[in-house]
Amino acid sequence: MTSASFINIGERTNVTGSAAFKKLILAGDYTAAVEVARQQVENGAQIIDVNMDEGLLDSETAMVTFLNLIAAEPDIARVPVMVDSSKWSVIEAGLKCLAGKGIVNSISMKEGEAAFLEQARLCLRYGAAVVVMAFDEIGQADTAARKIEICERAYRLLTGIGFPPEDIIFDPNIFAVATGIEEHNNYGVDFIEACAEIRRRCPHAHISGGVSNLSFSFRGNEPVRRAMHSVFLYHAIAAGMDMGIVNAGQLDVYDAIDPELRDLCEEVVLNRRADATDRLLAAADRFKGGPAKAADPAAEEWRGWPVEKRLEHALVKGIDAFVEADTEEARHQFARPIEVIEGPLMAGMNVVGDLFGAGKMFLPQVVKSARVMKKAVAILLPYIEAEKQVGASSKGRIIMATVKGDVHDIGKNIVGVVLQCNNFEVIDLGVMVPAQTILDAARQHQADMIGLSGLITPSLDEMVHVASEMQRAGMTMPLLIGGATTSRVHTALRIEPAYAGPVVHVLDASRAVGVAGTLVSDTLRDQFVAETAAEYEKIRVARAGGAQSALVPLEQARDNGFPTDFITHPPVQPAFTGTMTIDDVTVETLIPYIDWTPFFRAWELHGNYPAILTDEVVGASATSLYADAQAMLKTIVAEDWLRPKGVIAIWPARREGDDVVLFGDESRTAAIARLPFLRQQIAKRDGRANMCLADFIHPKADWLGGFAVQAGEGIDAQLARFKAAHDDYNDILLKALADRLAEAFAEYLHERVRREIWGHEQGNRMSNEDLIRERYTGIRPAPGYPACPEHSLKRRLFDLMQVEARAGITLTDSFAMLPTAAVSGFYFAHPESAYFGVARVGEDQLEDYAGRLGVSRERAVQLLRPNLD
Amino acid sequence: MTNATEAFRAAAAARILVKDGPYGTAIQKLGLNAADYAGHIASNHDQKGNNDLLNLTQPQAIAGICNAYIAAGADLLATNSFNANRISQADYGLEDRVREINLAAARIIRDCVDAATALDGKPRWVAGSLGPTNKTLSLSPRVSDPGYREVTFDQVKDVYREQIDALLDGGVDFILIETVFDTLNAKAAAFAAAEAGDARGAPVPVMLSMTLTDLSGRNLSGQTVEAFWHSIAHVKPVAVGLNCSFGATELRPHVQALAKVADTLLMTYPNAGLPNDLGAYDELPETTAGLIRGWADEGLVNIVGGCCGNTPDHIAAMARQVAGLPARTIPQPEPALRLSGLEAHRFAA
Repeated sequence: MTSASFINIGERTNVTGSAAFKKLILAGDYTAAVEVARQQVENGAQIIDVNMDEGLLDSETAMVTFLNLIAAEPDIARVPVMVDSSKWSVIEAGLKCLAGKGIVNSISMKEGEAAFLEQARLCLRYGAAVVVMAFDEIGQADTAARKIEICERAYRLLTGIGFPPEDIIFDPNIFAVATGIEEHNNYGVDFIEACAEIRRRCPHAHISGGVSNLSFSFRGNEPVRRAMHSVFLYHAIAAGMDMGIVNAGQLDVYDAIDPELRDLCEEVVLNRRADATDRLLAAADRFKGGPAKAADPAAEEWRGWPVEKRLEHALVKGIDAFVEADTEEARHQFARPIEVIEGPLMAGMNVVGDLFGAGKMFLPQVVKSARVMKKAVAILLPYIEAEKQVGASSKGRIIMATVKGDVHDIGKNIVGVVLQCNNFEVIDLGVMVPAQTILDAARQHQADMIGLSGLITPSLDEMVHVASEMQRAGMTMPLLIGGATTSRVHTALRIEPAYAGPVVHVLDASRAVGVAGTLVSDTLRDQFVAETAAEYEKIRVARAGGAQSALVPLEQARDNGFPTDFITHPPVQPAFTGTMTIDDVTVETLIPYIDWTPFFRAWELHGNYPAILTDEVVGASATSLYADAQAMLKTIVAEDWLRPKGVIAIWPARREGDDVVLFGDESRTAAIARLPFLRQQIAKRDGRANMCLADFIHPKADWLGGFAVQAGEGIDAQLARFKAAHDDYNDILLKALADRLAEAFAEYLHERVRREIWGHEQGNRMSNEDLIRERYTGIRPAPGYPACPEHSLKRRLFDLMQVEARAGITLTDSFAMLPTAAVSGFYFAHPESAYFGVARVGEDQLEDYAGRLGVSRERAVQLLRPNLD
Repeated sequence: MTNATEAFRAAAAARILVKDGPYGTAIQKLGLNAADYAGHIASNHDQKGNNDLLNLTQPQAIAGICNAYIAAGADLLATNSFNANRISQADYGLEDRVREINLAAARIIRDCVDAATALDGKPRWVAGSLGPTNKTLSLSPRVSDPGYREVTFDQVKDVYREQIDALLDGGVDFILIETVFDTLNAKAAAFAAAEAGDARGAPVPVMLSMTLTDLSGRNLSGQTVEAFWHSIAHVKPVAVGLNCSFGATELRPHVQALAKVADTLLMTYPNAGLPNDLGAYDELPETTAGLIRGWADEGLVNIVGGCCGNTPDHIAAMARQVAGLPARTIPQPEPALRLSGLEAHRFAA
């Protein structure tokens, strides 16, 4: 990929820069240390700096161990590594681990030219770019003149031995300013001036630096430090600095810094007055403590601003407490109500959009901002309509829908909110939307594009259907595809060929704005469309080669089934058989069973709970979201918003081929149902079985369980309330929590089944962490998930347990569950039972499965599409 | 730059050059038994399948294969030394014969090439083949211990150094680091070649060829084609390319990707299609050659040849197909900081 002008280097895997990382490395906890690297990459670091310079460490060994470990993690190893040490031996040990081309940080002329060139030659030979410190035999360069002189000399020496100039990165030393020592006052200016001159004299070379040194004398006053860094970078980047070790979360947007603080910082950084340091010091305490602690005085302060500034502030900070009054006030000030939207509201949303785009603001905050916007617009809308004004000119109009048969909309709503924040007009058709409705709406609203969303696999087919209907209707507008089961590959192979207009798979909400913006841009659109089409063509060509892993014939796969050991572990007679309604469970009981990590993922905050709460980048956002979630959980309990309901059943069963046959009683004479399961057909290496869930059931006498639970009853009333209040934030929050509670219910109930109702698990109870990591006996695979990917089994399961009557969950035509906060599946009790993915199945199994399920071949093709070639 | 390199570059500027085909496929057809393989070499191991040993025990057979490729029209002839390194030969207990094998491997091809050129005056070049060894520097063989490595960079570098010195002493023009499935192994080999150059007082010209292990275009250690190029561009190879992997059809998008970024000669020698159900290659010479011609028509290649499954007939068909077609123009990319992890990253300079 080609990147923007400033390269941000992550420094959290640096023991000298991160106390937390140092602690992990000293404790030998490399697993957690690797996670730090992963988060850093996930959060957008383009290069990761690895430094193990710590007196208590064997730095060479630590460097090698860590680099080898991250080499095994494709989502970390995709970015280049900066090997950072003051010891050459550690750098060389690191270079010997890098398959890619990294950067050495750093070498210098400290020990003279010979040693410098020797190290440079080795960097060249290992294939690495190099950071050169502005340091010579005399010492570190402090003045602009010295910085320029040393860098130019190094440049000449390096290019003289054939070192590519574009692989040279100068670090002309950022030193602390405002230290009280007069000679230090010009250090910022020296660096900035040197940047411009070095770039001029050393073509193609780069300039980097560690920014946090600058504000060293303001340790403990983060707001001032952040402001100083932002001001400094603003000027240094303009002068040619194009790379830096900067903690992205620790920066303010230059224009968003309090103007008084910004001016004071500028005076210091640019050394504009002799008393600059004193003035910043005198004011520093007022800015100390950050937005949280300073909330009270600051809150009062912003309430005194002019109304348009107040609106903008409320939007950026996501404060909805005063929005009604402020909007009303603004309406009277502006000539026309539309001007309130086009003026202060859009100004605020643009700031939010920019911050989000730059990775400096995260989804929960964006959704809060959108709530403020929606509330303000709702107040203005009646007046605008009364005036018959045309709506505020938007960037484009997008029809969004969750396709027919699918009811999941958290992701779609998030994308909708983010697009609205970026001045797109979103017409949301809701869930279970038939193709015709989508097409009609697109025509009626003269939409610029259509966005389809879906979570379950049958939705993929429905999207193909919508695409082909668009084609038949002669449409040309772009079609955007998103949702958890969608993929670039599926879009390329199945959807794009169905529609001649542009089709783009959008990975997540953060990409949606860029894609939509490009598609409405006159200058960018054509190239983007062509590039995307070419990329999908490439995927198709690659796929057409047919070098997917080979399938074995079904009979051969069956012969290689999993040999479950029923001798050591015979089936355990359940304490209970039959069907049981579970209506004695409260939300309060379920809260301890919640797995929080997926909750944060739903908000596109990546990282594991609880570590995510203290994450340097998203920690603040995650903590605030978690606090809101806890508060809402309290209200859910106190006001009885949600009533969990469920049903379980355990049936006498036996295995027949790849089917599990269920019986009404222990005589196992009269079958009540047959559940056909699918078997893996991918060719396996020796000793590995072609798995099928039926393998875990004894061919003579065994038992199988089923369950369906929901935590969504009562949710509609609350959601309606939030919708009416234009409160997407609480709407999404409640849905996400209900999803988590349904999962928690499944976890809780499975434990109860294992320990009491069936009773096949003995011993001590497990911690919640062990439960989440599935360390218990037995499994609970769900129809539609990898081990039994075919959704129609859900219908059979639901009928057997009278789920609709007992637990109030219904199924759509595509077998999606309503309410959406619901989980269903089977219980397998055998200790060797395990999760696996069926993946691709062959034509022989398709025919066989159609027969076993009792459906036509065509219907089976429809049901198994995601598992067919 | 050596004279051979200069002459090679000049020839490649004028037309598409042809590289030979594989030794493995050709040797298989000879139907040699264990005694044929072992010849006069005493050892405690069954030597059947040790193709590199044939340089010592059946030199005339190796020369015969080379001559068949020369007759087919190949300009670049590789040595039969893919596994002639200390790590791979350990499987046959012949670590101590590595130098001897490589010297012979180089001399056999050098002699065939020089004899042919003496007859017709057409220039030809010898590339000393270095395989990837069967140990990988980037991956752990232990699933539960991802930080473990079976070998170190320095060990692999030393193993390659021994092989490179022997091949150079035997008279090869280039060192061909081929079938690169782990870029770090290749970097160790290139490092060894550079050190050999230091010792000889003249740089050792190197060619590098990557192999892909999946259709998305990554090698075994997970790198994309462009990331691979960024990782080894510092070697300033005479040629870079792709070999083995799959057939020409499947390789095409990746050749295109590399052709766009690599500012050196591009060399590609794919397999003869994909193996059939019995593991045999049955793509016909004209089919393979036709696909290769497609690359040439598109201006993607400077040197073409064959890997697994190709025969002298395939090489001859390729030579006919590319004759008279213009060679790829080497691109001149803008200066930029080009880095890589598993993926390529480019930062404007």
